[in-house]
Amino acid sequence: MLLFKRVIAGLSLCLIVFSVNASLTINITKGISDALPIAIVPFVWEGKEALPEDITAIIRADLQRSGRFSPIDEDELVARPTVGNNIQFQNWRILNVDNLVIGKIKPLKGDMYQVQFQLFDIYKSTQLTGYSIKTNKKNLRRTAHRISDIIYEKLMGVRGAFDTHIAYITVVGEHRKKVYKLAVADSDGYNEQIIFTSNQPVLSPSWSPDGRHIAYVSYKRGRPELYVQNVYTKRSKRIAEFQGLNNAPAWSPDGKRLALTLSKDGNPEIYVMDVETKKLIRITRNYAIDTEPTWLPDGKSLVFTSGRGGGPQLYQVGIGRNGASGQVKRLTYEGNYNARATISPDGKKIAMVHRAEGAFQIGVLDLSTEHLTVLTDSNLDESPSFAPNGSMIIYATEYDEKGVLSAVSVDGRTKQRLSIQEGDVREPAWSPFRAK
Amino acid sequence: MRRVLEIILISSLLVGVTACSGLKKKGSEEQQMDSTSAGELTGGSDEANIENRVIYFDFDKSEVKTEFQQLITAHAEYIAGHPDITVVLEGHADERGTREYNIALGERRAKAVKEMLVLQGVAEKQLQVISFGEERPVALGHDESAWSLNRRVELLYSGE
Repeated sequence: MLLFKRVIAGLSLCLIVFSVNASLTINITKGISDALPIAIVPFVWEGKEALPEDITAIIRADLQRSGRFSPIDEDELVARPTVGNNIQFQNWRILNVDNLVIGKIKPLKGDMYQVQFQLFDIYKSTQLTGYSIKTNKKNLRRTAHRISDIIYEKLMGVRGAFDTHIAYITVVGEHRKKVYKLAVADSDGYNEQIIFTSNQPVLSPSWSPDGRHIAYVSYKRGRPELYVQNVYTKRSKRIAEFQGLNNAPAWSPDGKRLALTLSKDGNPEIYVMDVETKKLIRITRNYAIDTEPTWLPDGKSLVFTSGRGGGPQLYQVGIGRNGASGQVKRLTYEGNYNARATISPDGKKIAMVHRAEGAFQIGVLDLSTEHLTVLTDSNLDESPSFAPNGSMIIYATEYDEKGVLSAVSVDGRTKQRLSIQEGDVREPAWSPFRAK
Repeated sequence: MRRVLEIILISSLLVGVTACSGLKKKGSEEQQMDSTSAGELTGGSDEANIENRVIYFDFDKSEVKTEFQQLITAHAEYIAGHPDITVVLEGHADERGTREYNIALGERRAKAVKEMLVLQGVAEKQLQVISFGEERPVALGHDESAWSLNRRVELLYSGE
């Protein structure tokens, strides 16, 4: 009976709605039934006043959102142990659950807390990992995400990406009275911070590899120019204001260079700028449009969109000391529109906007097999961005006549929608891993 | 009551304008029109009347269609004959495809118009190119009737 219930729960994931208090609301729109069941006992709070954050709920939501885990309902828990030596493993085996998480939170001086948790393998009756983390009120949510990361890594063998950020653009208002905002939120949509506001278009946010800066395009002086802004101090500086386009910034993996699109020499071409010296090297020379550069993880070549073959397709070019190195190589052949590449952290896959039968969807090209898989199914999917662990792709789409964000697992099996209450949200960029 | 009257007045004025200019209306009723470029209501027209200030393009194309060449020639004559006038050539794309590619495409469209104007005697310093890509649609629908209105170059005169 319990097993039956669990299968139903897995299949009906598409109906689950949670996290109502966030600026971004997350709906799981496509779930999988073979997600790993896990028992998470509510962490015991040993203080007197109410704890400002529900640590257990944050961990549950994180694991569920990944599509890899299926936390069992709280009323199915057979016991509420708070320390490891109180666990009767044989009682938990009836639930057909592999893993169990328990924990407690102790108040310390001032706004400090001690959060303790343990992860167990129920069948082996052993502890897999356990941590005691000192934190403060401001960082309680982050601590919960770090615990989710530890559990994810222990059980999946891949680093978790819950303790990360998402940058995105929101647009509110009608026609030429629009207000554009560049925002940064936690990976679950909480703690939204507005980094920059303008009544002119803002586009193309790109994270620096240390997660401290975002490069973006702003029309605040009437035309597209490039800015780099510190996410924490919010201080910004203009870094490209050439005649024509100053667009499509992409930070190199070493953080020292930016690839960008300039049309100062007459035509949109790819350049690489040294962030410190502002020295430019020109990479492409072609009469067609060349834009949307993105780096391979080794920092030695770029993938970009070019119209040189008649329509937009993806190409790869090596970066030399003074320009391109070697031949430009075409990467995409399937379909007549493949653009805005983003490369998986391991460099093995390229996600892009792919047109299939008139609809613009997110495709993933496996570079070793050259096989292209379409992951999404609406008409205007765009701006794909990989999670830093390569497990999910976040992208922009339309739902109910509004611009919303969606995330899909790289295998296409789980999908979730993130929507804000007001206006459109677009151009998501998943941050790099944060320093632990 | 006064407010209601005002609204009625404004709407009858609008109807008047549309009727008087005898313009062919494209697309749906809900399309939001931009007041800075009255010419766009005549989209697709081959009339070489410089009151028409929008040139339309095919999807993913930046070549000026033959039906707009006369119109561009009319603008070229007028701008060349009025050296104090400056014109911003604003390039736009429809919502399909990627944002940055569309900004590049909008710029190519505006530059294609600029090139034709310059070839016909307009001083380069009278012209300024800027592209908004898909960021500023005039028609908000999600079909070809809206898209065809959004793939455009607007000629924004100043100093007239």
